Amino acid sequence: MLRFVAARLALIPPMLLGVSLLVFTVLRLGPGDPALDYLRLSQVPPTDAALADARAMLGLDRSFAVQYLDWLWRALQGDFDLSYATRRPVLPELLGYLPATLELAGTALAVSLAVSFPLGAWAAGHRGGWQDRLVRGIAVLGVSLPNFWVAFLLVVAFSVTLGWLPPLGRGTALHLVMPALAIGLMSLSVNARLLRASMLEAGSGRHVLYARLRGLPERAVTRRHVFRNALVPVVTATGMHVGELLGGALVVETIFAWPGVGRYAVSAIFDRDYPVIQCFTLVMTVVFVLCNLAVDIAYAWLDPRIRLGEDAA
Amino acid sequence: MTPAGFSPRSRSVAVAGALAAGFALLALVGPFIVPHDPLAVDLAQRFEAPNLVHLLGTDHLGRDILSRLIAGARTTLGSVLVVLALVLALGVSVGGLAGMLGGRIDAALMRLCDVFLTVPTFVLALFMIGALGTGLVNVVAAIVLSHWAWYARIVRGLVLESKARDYVLAARIAGAPARAIFAEHVLPGIVPPLAALATLDIGHMALHVAGLSFLGLGVQPPTPEWGVMINDARAFFWTRPLLVVWPGLAIALAVLAFNRLGDALRDRLDPTLVAGRGL
Repeated sequence: MLRFVAARLALIPPMLLGVSLLVFTVLRLGPGDPALDYLRLSQVPPTDAALADARAMLGLDRSFAVQYLDWLWRALQGDFDLSYATRRPVLPELLGYLPATLELAGTALAVSLAVSFPLGAWAAGHRGGWQDRLVRGIAVLGVSLPNFWVAFLLVVAFSVTLGWLPPLGRGTALHLVMPALAIGLMSLSVNARLLRASMLEAGSGRHVLYARLRGLPERAVTRRHVFRNALVPVVTATGMHVGELLGGALVVETIFAWPGVGRYAVSAIFDRDYPVIQCFTLVMTVVFVLCNLAVDIAYAWLDPRIRLGEDAA
Repeated sequence: MTPAGFSPRSRSVAVAGALAAGFALLALVGPFIVPHDPLAVDLAQRFEAPNLVHLLGTDHLGRDILSRLIAGARTTLGSVLVVLALVLALGVSVGGLAGMLGGRIDAALMRLCDVFLTVPTFVLALFMIGALGTGLVNVVAAIVLSHWAWYARIVRGLVLESKARDYVLAARIAGAPARAIFAEHVLPGIVPPLAALATLDIGHMALHVAGLSFLGLGVQPPTPEWGVMINDARAFFWTRPLLVVWPGLAIALAVLAFNRLGDALRDRLDPTLVAGRGL
């Protein structure tokens, strides 16, 4: 198990290095001129002299390799330059917004797991019945609805009509309900459908038959031999949803005036605030990579073949 | 009992197929069959409720909503089709090269894919728009650049799988050049699973296009596009929730239709996957 985790950890730095090179290169190759955008956001008229000054100040007159290595060296120390728009260091500013986004995406993940497990198991337990059809219907609909639209519908239903939930802002647990549900709906639907299918598959396995023959009570059979085995594909799928949940949070935040990185990033994209775009992409990638590491570890823990170290790769 | 060919399931697939075909047709001929000019502003007729002239009513500028929805099909679905074609072209080229050539080229191309796959898809799309600028063309480019690596990976896997088949081995022993083997023996085998995957992805990509437009980064107003229409309607959402409902319904129906069609294609073309998916 430790060897497995160490092998996974060792893969992370080279991947992040690759991403940093990609991000840096694409931004430099893009059609924009950072010096021009810098002057625009600083509200300085872009005269030739001002442009030359800005280029020198931003280090754009140096060779690409020098620029990248210098930027990387400072980035490794947590210095991602100043935002062109706010003139404040980017990383602390971004990290200030990050907890709200993580809270939202994390709650969405929790909602997805908490709802999809009983739903999937319920459907599998009533194969072919109305319960099964209902769950499958929800699953098919859930992956087709745009998350931002679901968010609006929820607001119409629970804030405008019923008045049960606050339509905007962050603070109490009630504020989390609608955005988390809107973001998590897709993952919830996929997981419920997947858990149903894999429980049916695991339930037809030989070890389940033997467990029943051994006289184990049905609940123990389901819990220990069916549900646990059925979780493996769901964990894999959930790992793939992490990116969608983060992306969903970025979109849905704008509807609920949620003070997360989404609005910060979108305004940086409009402004072409390069340091912010760069830092945002890298920080979200680090979050994503760490989430995937956690999923891999959960996966290894569920699968004894990996947990007991048969295969460290 | 229903006859095997007309189970409730295949009926629902037929409905989805018809709906998907309908949306495709709408994208094709939409601009010619709109009841009103989707761009015609008439401030005297703002916020009309659905009536016989404007079947779904009018928006905050008095534009006919039904016409904008019909014209929007081309923007939203058309851009998804362009994305899909480009992603498939890029994925098949890179994945095909990596799978056929192997060795260092394979390793280098796969590391490149790894880098793209390390960034969450939607974040990568946002980043690309940050680098390229907003607008429909850039949104298409951003979604292509954030999705191609998945396809390259999958194509490479399919190529490796079919390279191990006897008939491909026979062709290699016979001395056929790699390019001919790829075109004549490998490619035909990987088209069906790719087609199923691509159909399933239409919905996913439509959601991305609409999501980016909703954030204001994609298609710019006044161009009719479903995500833009939702964004336009936001300001009036408290008093006129129907304005948000219509375009969302259009997105949801289109995505639903293509998802069901993709599911059915996958079951049909890739029977190995059926076992893992339940009916």
